[in-house]
Amino acid sequence: MIAEIGHFALVLAFCVALVQGSVPLWGAWRGNGAMMALAPGAALAQVVLISIAFAALMYAYVVSDFSVANVYANSHSLKPMLYKVSGVWGNHEGSLLLWVLILALFGLAVAFMGANLPLTLRSRVLAIQGLIAAGFLAFSLFTSNPFLRLDPAPLDGQDLNPLLQDPGLAFHPPFLYLGYVGFSMAFSFAVAALLEGRVDAAWARWVRPWTLAAWTSLTLGIAMGSWWAYYELGWGGWWFWDPVENASFMPWLAGTALLHSAIVTEKRGALKSWTVLLAIIAFSLSLLGTFLVRSGVLTSVHAFATDPTRGIFILLLLIVAIGGSLALYAWRAPTLKADGLFAPISREGALVLNNLLLATACFTVLVGTLYPLLLDVIGGAKVSVGPPFFELTFIPLMVPLLLAMAAGPLMAWKRADLRGVLSRMKAIVFACLALWGFIWWYTTDLSPLPAFGIALATWIAMGALLEFSERIQLFRIKPGASLRRAAGLPRSAYGMSVSHLGVAVLVAGITASSAWQTEIIRAMQPGDSQEIAGYTLVFEGVNPGQGPNYTYERGQFAVLRDGEQIAIMEPEKRQFFVQTMLTTEAAIRTTLMADLYLVLGDSGADGSWAVRIYYNPLVPWIWGGCLMMVFGGLISLTDRRLRLAIPSRRKQAVAAKPQAA
Amino acid sequence: MRFATVFLMMVLALPVFAVQPDEILTDPAMEARARDISADLRCLVCQNQSIDDSDAPLARDLRVLVRERLLAGDTNDETVAYIVDRYGDYVLLKPPFNAETLLLWAAPLGALIIGGAIVAVFMRRRSSEPVAVAQALTSEEQARLKDLMQGDGS
Repeated sequence: MIAEIGHFALVLAFCVALVQGSVPLWGAWRGNGAMMALAPGAALAQVVLISIAFAALMYAYVVSDFSVANVYANSHSLKPMLYKVSGVWGNHEGSLLLWVLILALFGLAVAFMGANLPLTLRSRVLAIQGLIAAGFLAFSLFTSNPFLRLDPAPLDGQDLNPLLQDPGLAFHPPFLYLGYVGFSMAFSFAVAALLEGRVDAAWARWVRPWTLAAWTSLTLGIAMGSWWAYYELGWGGWWFWDPVENASFMPWLAGTALLHSAIVTEKRGALKSWTVLLAIIAFSLSLLGTFLVRSGVLTSVHAFATDPTRGIFILLLLIVAIGGSLALYAWRAPTLKADGLFAPISREGALVLNNLLLATACFTVLVGTLYPLLLDVIGGAKVSVGPPFFELTFIPLMVPLLLAMAAGPLMAWKRADLRGVLSRMKAIVFACLALWGFIWWYTTDLSPLPAFGIALATWIAMGALLEFSERIQLFRIKPGASLRRAAGLPRSAYGMSVSHLGVAVLVAGITASSAWQTEIIRAMQPGDSQEIAGYTLVFEGVNPGQGPNYTYERGQFAVLRDGEQIAIMEPEKRQFFVQTMLTTEAAIRTTLMADLYLVLGDSGADGSWAVRIYYNPLVPWIWGGCLMMVFGGLISLTDRRLRLAIPSRRKQAVAAKPQAA
Repeated sequence: MRFATVFLMMVLALPVFAVQPDEILTDPAMEARARDISADLRCLVCQNQSIDDSDAPLARDLRVLVRERLLAGDTNDETVAYIVDRYGDYVLLKPPFNAETLLLWAAPLGALIIGGAIVAVFMRRRSSEPVAVAQALTSEEQARLKDLMQGDGS
């Protein structure tokens, strides 16, 4: 009964989405206020209906109602409650439902916080959101319905893939989807602006917080996914250039570019049509990412053909959404007149360089991800495009981007003096070059690249700090006055500094962990000890035991430093009952500067155990850097200029500077 | 039931992780070469994993094969060529440069050059344009401006 209510609510939501996607659009075109006024109500109705459907599915999971096919296929009565709940979105059908729920919530946010938007713009934005929702709801209802029943109901379910039964992964998809779907806001605003034929500073100011919110969530989602891979997959890696990872990385790259180009559009009125195009691209890549992952096309082109209805529906949606918006862009973009002029060497110019490099990097990832598929489709050779390709092409694009990243924010708008900027950075340039040489000499590495990576991270960090200290005129005026200036800085300035520092930390973490990792693989008898990076690990033995839905073998290792025991590490091997699958739970001891990482392997006939020990320097910095970027995004979101739903303040600002728009 | 037990034993018998202690060569330099080579070879039965990372039995066979070739005195390139001869280009995680992968390898630099050219043209055109006049206000905006100039703006 509950499942039927959910099903019914989903059908109703589809009908509402059709109305929301058409009537306000028509109203905005004809200037009919009553038709436009329908949009906020429809947005609210959608949230209510989809929430009912989502709650119904969650109920079916929580009470383990195996008469629902989706629950049967992805759950089990013994599964811990957390994973019963997260199992709702741990599968294709349920994750689509989560997708449309988040979409509806974003729509509601526009409906309620957008009271200060021009009425036609708001109606158009909501209508585009309605159309996207209609497409996805139709896809869900006609090809991926989560509420289908089984008769007779099976006694128990088939369980969720044990690898996915993990707290890190339970919350990874919702954040990823918040990011993907968040870009739908920028997309809807872009399409609405094309329909209106008008892009101005107010528009960019509206798009920025949504883009920032989406980017922040996506950053967190990707970081969580990579963290999960690091501790769960058990070989100490954290990024594999896997097509599924790339699918989330492409919207991130495009979104990062959009974040920066929207600044130019807001502050200087330039790059308008490029910003609109990027908004369309960022969401198109989110759609592509969702579908690449969900259609099974990545595993094999042939998996796509096993369910032709789904495949064709997906293709149609992609063609309509991406093709339609790009066609609209080609038709309407020439009407967008830019008015901010700038010289190539300027803050705008630096941001253009940022966009050029990010867009190229994004395109590289796209080509690398899709090339094997496309070649296969046209009957060409079977090729693999793996990490070596991406490292060879992506990193050279990132180096100039990161080099420019420190100098860009120091440049003036409109026309900057590059020589002047470099002379302000002279001390940093020399410090970083010296650091590069010193680290190369100190580590006695053959390649100068790892040392370069650390120097690059230092360069970014010092650039960000220099920019901040110049803003508050540190050491040039009295400390008290500097402090007052710091207090008066807009939050977005802090957001940028923290995010850029986060990138520096991330770069240092990536460099050190990939260049200076120590790995030891050996068989150990109980009582054996092993030295690694100044630690001594003493293997004490393995104890069996039982968890809620698995049995485990848990190794015990004493960690000694200078002869004193400082910790016990317990790596596990888990054998899940239902899916008869083995997983490894690495034991990780982190000091924030490095991780000691331990994986238990098989036991040999002689009573020894295979053990894999890693010492990963600076690896926690990777996620620390990502968290700083997320934190920077959150700080920026609280900036007064971007804060939503304060119409009175906005009106005052406009009144004070009528030319700003 | 017996089938299930046999299946369970098969699964249990799989090694949990990639490189096993018994595979490792005694010569550290040669082992390092073997690791380098296997990081760039694809595990053919896995999804996008190198044989160095994979715990599949076939990946283990290939790892052992790589080490055998190295012990037999092959260079790194000869070892890779030996494996490509038997498994095809598909086994290479770094695709070879040939007619079919031309577009793949040309994409990054090509995109950068084309993008850079577009930016250059845009910049040149913009700098030769006369300074754009401020956008004319619509009548609605003019009325609002008049209101603001006269009233207090609230």
